[in-house]
Amino acid sequence: MEKTIELSHGAGGTLMELLIRQIIVPKFKKRAVGGLGLDDLDDGATIPLDNYEIVVTADGHTVDPLFFPGGDIGTLAVSGTINDLAVMGAKPIAITTALIVEEGFSINDLEKILNSMAKVAEEVNVAVIAGDTKVMPRNHIDKLVIATSGIGLAKRGQVISDAGLKPGDKIIVTGTLGDHGIALLAVREGLDFETELKSDVAPIWETIEAALNVGGITAMKDPTRGGLASALNDLAEKSKVSIWIDEESIPVKEEVRAAAEMLGIDPLEVTNEGKAVIGVNAEYAEEVLEAIRKTKYGKDAQIIGEVKKEKPGYVFLKTIVGGVRVLEKPYGEPIPRVC
Amino acid sequence: MCLAVPAKILEIKGDKGIVDFGGIRREVSLSLIDNIKVGDYVLIHVGFAIQKLERKEAEEILKLWREVSEAINT
Amino acid sequence: MNMEFPKNFALYRDRKLAEKVAEKIKKIADREHFKFMHVCGTHEDTISRFGLRSILPENVKVIAGPGCPVCVTPPEVISAAIELSKLDNVILTTYGDMAHVPSPRGSLVQARAKGGDVHIVYSIMDAVKLANKRKDKQIVHFAIGFETTAPSTAATLLNNPPENFSVLTYHLLIPPAIDFLLSLGEVKLDGFILPGHVSTIIGSNAYKYISEKWHIPQVVTGFEPLDVLVGIYMLLKQIREGRTEVENEYVRAVRPEGNVKAKEMMKRVFDVVDARWRGIGTIPCSGFKLKKEFENFDASKKFEITFEEFKQDLHPGCKCGEILRGLAQPEDCPLFAKVCTPLHPIGPCMVSREGTCAIIYKYSRSKNK
Repeated sequence: MEKTIELSHGAGGTLMELLIRQIIVPKFKKRAVGGLGLDDLDDGATIPLDNYEIVVTADGHTVDPLFFPGGDIGTLAVSGTINDLAVMGAKPIAITTALIVEEGFSINDLEKILNSMAKVAEEVNVAVIAGDTKVMPRNHIDKLVIATSGIGLAKRGQVISDAGLKPGDKIIVTGTLGDHGIALLAVREGLDFETELKSDVAPIWETIEAALNVGGITAMKDPTRGGLASALNDLAEKSKVSIWIDEESIPVKEEVRAAAEMLGIDPLEVTNEGKAVIGVNAEYAEEVLEAIRKTKYGKDAQIIGEVKKEKPGYVFLKTIVGGVRVLEKPYGEPIPRVC
Repeated sequence: MCLAVPAKILEIKGDKGIVDFGGIRREVSLSLIDNIKVGDYVLIHVGFAIQKLERKEAEEILKLWREVSEAINT
Repeated sequence: MNMEFPKNFALYRDRKLAEKVAEKIKKIADREHFKFMHVCGTHEDTISRFGLRSILPENVKVIAGPGCPVCVTPPEVISAAIELSKLDNVILTTYGDMAHVPSPRGSLVQARAKGGDVHIVYSIMDAVKLANKRKDKQIVHFAIGFETTAPSTAATLLNNPPENFSVLTYHLLIPPAIDFLLSLGEVKLDGFILPGHVSTIIGSNAYKYISEKWHIPQVVTGFEPLDVLVGIYMLLKQIREGRTEVENEYVRAVRPEGNVKAKEMMKRVFDVVDARWRGIGTIPCSGFKLKKEFENFDASKKFEITFEEFKQDLHPGCKCGEILRGLAQPEDCPLFAKVCTPLHPIGPCMVSREGTCAIIYKYSRSKNK
């Protein structure tokens, strides 16, 4: 049967990883002049230049519906790009955006989206320095897709990869998990339940900067598609350590927990758009946590676990009733189940 | 066998009702059960209330719960 | 107990209580080994999600039986659903569980990728809403599930849905499957953890004939971690006291007679027939078939689709049959983790994310895929 792309290939889980590792990465020269390259599969790549490193990210943005509680595709595109730069330890400097628009799309809606993009960029004082606009005939694309690239700056040697965890480190999440994914499911057709829940989409550079200023940060990851489960597995595999998480300390909003139970979905596998997972040296952990909690997008931050040497590559969850289970990377996008 | 979760009935409209799962609300069908009223707790499966939840615990749990709570406040 | 309802829901996830029950289980489980079977994907989810196997003593094993529509729906039914989704005037709605289940024609998700119109829904009511909204299309709802889900299909058909709505049904019944498993001869099982939500419909009395006929303890169990732990404790207590009865742990939701109104509705809409279960074969009186007067809502009649039999739905060498009867472990199967993996599942116990093989694969071998 001829192999074709499935939705799960874009969902941040094992199937997407196989597509990238086996088919995409092998095709290209992977790095310009050293630094992190394509095959590092990190949130961004780096170009070392004198005593700085330029950090670069590339992202495609699609969301259904385009306007959702808490934001729109514009907020999502710029925040996502800024957050990818931030978790590399780089100060976001500039963004480029390419709009691919369907014939017949309302210009009024386009303006609303552009305004959202501008608002987020201003919040972090980032310039939109280049862009492109293409239009496709009606029904050849679903309304609008935005592709962005982000440019950030870090002092030489201060880039934070997602492979730097050390045994003894603590794991911090900067806020509640599952908000974005569940908020979207609420409005998606066929599942319509009502909730005041909003997407957590936001540019979190200020929160990350506060943590970097304290110091002791060893690794960071942006838990977007595939959620916390994917991010933790990436961190554990690449740093060749095991991560032990205490379920009770993971911040999850009540409505997110209720919706996840009703739909048979694990909130740890659901997309987040305004959070970071941070590995920090144990002595700095409390101070970093305090600094994060003082920032706008870090109020609900928690230390949720620690790093160990044995069983490299595994993520273990200590459950609220005292059991232990392996926290797997999700296979594809979380789908509601009834059995 | 099947995923069903408790929810509280907020409103009843004919054989339909609005229930709250703990911060999220949804319209469900009440056609599979009888004589229930606003404020009751029901089990919801695929958008249908399949049974009314009683305020009853198994004997085993009650005994254990007493033992545990005694252990706590002694 | 002063816990005000529903605050007492937290009781069922209380760590101290769980430790207490685990201690009692350790004390009473005084034999070399005990093996209990549950027949429910949601029980397996509770057991693995809360890590209960790491709380239970070594000598008390819980294995997953043929318990979710995902692993027991025969491949020809899934291919029929795929065939339907490809008809250009049809939108097929399905529960998420069936989306990834493989069949010789691929899965519904793969069919969608190739242009089949497949919508995931949370309720059959959402499919009816879609039928009212899209009068230009035929909406076919893929109605799978056991006695918990069959009443919602029956209630919908009794509520005269729009004429562009129909169902492709494959509802199965649990008690006949347990009876059949035990009738296959030698089984090394010490008791059954009975599915709580099926039981809210059929009632705890529906399993009595099994305990009388096969002298095996059974406990109707809820889906919180404490429900499962206490259910296991009650099974061990029966063994200790030499009893083989049907007991009910899930008293807050299950009555002896079940949900009489729902049972009546099912009787009006379905006949009980023999049905094929993937990996096990045909089980007598274990399936529902739409009655004649509901023919115009029966998608298998409304659209001439073929249910071409896939000769053997069990790959040669696959040991799911023995695993489901507690006679073999996944490691005893020649295909396990070699040809048969979560990415390329063959037997039903690997197809479902909650099947025994999928669970053992996940915990023991997941890092060297």
